[in-house]
Amino acid sequence: MIEQLTVLAWTVTKISFLILIPLILAVAYFTFAERKVIGYMQSRVGPNRVGPWGLFQPFADVFKLLFKEIIIPAQANKVLFVLAPMMTLIPAFTAWAVIPASDKLVLADIDAGLLYILAMTSMGVYGVIVGGWASNSKYAFLGALRSAAQIVSYEMAMGFALVGVIILSGSLNISNIVEAQSGGLFSWFWLPLLPLFVIYFISGVAETNRAPFDVAEGESEIVAGFHVDYSGAAFALYFLAEYANMILISALASLLFMGGWMSPFAGIPIIAEPGPHWFFIKMFSFMFLFLWFRATFPRYRYDQIMRLGWKVFIPITIVWILVAGIFRVTGLYGG
Amino acid sequence: MQAIRQYFHSLMLLELFKGLNVTFRYFHQPKFTLSYPEEKTPKSPRYRGLHALRRYPNGEERCIACKLCEAVCPALAITIDSTQREDGTRRTTRYDIDMFKCIYCGFCEESCPVDSIVETSFTDYHFEERGEHIVDKQQLLALGDRFEEQIAADRAKDAPYR
Repeated sequence: MIEQLTVLAWTVTKISFLILIPLILAVAYFTFAERKVIGYMQSRVGPNRVGPWGLFQPFADVFKLLFKEIIIPAQANKVLFVLAPMMTLIPAFTAWAVIPASDKLVLADIDAGLLYILAMTSMGVYGVIVGGWASNSKYAFLGALRSAAQIVSYEMAMGFALVGVIILSGSLNISNIVEAQSGGLFSWFWLPLLPLFVIYFISGVAETNRAPFDVAEGESEIVAGFHVDYSGAAFALYFLAEYANMILISALASLLFMGGWMSPFAGIPIIAEPGPHWFFIKMFSFMFLFLWFRATFPRYRYDQIMRLGWKVFIPITIVWILVAGIFRVTGLYGG
Repeated sequence: MQAIRQYFHSLMLLELFKGLNVTFRYFHQPKFTLSYPEEKTPKSPRYRGLHALRRYPNGEERCIACKLCEAVCPALAITIDSTQREDGTRRTTRYDIDMFKCIYCGFCEESCPVDSIVETSFTDYHFEERGEHIVDKQQLLALGDRFEEQIAADRAKDAPYR
């Protein structure tokens, strides 16, 4: 009994210090980085008043949101309205359990890790749909419908893109996938799977409802989309989930296509050492890409999003899965 | 053939990279932001900000209660009552400006024959209580005393063009 309790306590400690706290801090500073980066790209300086260089801005934002009143609309379904933000947040956090930062630094090294991540990221959309529906507002409902259709469409392309990775690595375990990419820059999967890599990242942007695919929020036509009726801490949960998902997509892109903790300089003495720092460098680069996209691209029209997902991405991924199979069978890559 | 070439061309995402290049260039360039309370943009000597009533160097108030400013004010923001002082000169007993009505057009300053009512380049003011927006003669004279140096300098700079 005591032994089991110790194991439980140890697991909870690991969850909090390996995932929960770093992730929440990362989200806080990701929002700050977003405002800074977009500001810099628009010839502004961004927030710089709270603390040195504005570094305490995220905490000011968090406290503001926590102290605000949570308004529950009179006609809303109260239970679902409160439950929905948690339904988005919980999958966004649980998916992190199988993300390895290095060959040792991982919470759960399970064999079906990739499948687990696909399952968890697909769950997040339920929070969006339920939240949009429970608000009992036409704007929230429209936003939820758009978001649902969009995520379902891009989930397909994303899943197909990952099939290529599975074919080449021959495993669903993320650590094994990274091990299969060991070697320098050119033995990572981005090269043989370049179209799948591009499609995976673009689908990831669409999946997280980020610009240029942020029709679910659509400030100009449906106010704020599914979270229009949310305020205070409930809104903060949606916000947290969205940014945690962005970081998750960045982490996955660096693990599955960019060799995770492998060094790009194979054969050169000191810098060829694999380590978590390489993983974090890659992840931060992808996170920067998210912000860069938002500062650059105008929003897609809704029918264009659907066309891109169904008529461009899915055919290309299917063709490239065949190509990846040929790579595997002929022994050019993998196997 | 054209359509196929176009399809593959669009797959290269060239336009997107062009756009990304533009934003990345601006990412490195110097910013235009001014840290407002610490840095301020220069103001023209003709700037029309908060009003003030001026005095002559000997301390006598300039205003002779001609009421030209009251007449010209398009927003009817100025209210003047006048009387004869013991020394026989015509003076105001009341000079109120309703700051909520005022549109800062500067006509009062233009119409003044003795350069008494002026608009300073001072803009950092606010009202905290109801009624504070009606600025009376004593307050306007005090503002004139406070900003006289700057008012005179601005008028001197603009003099060649009038």
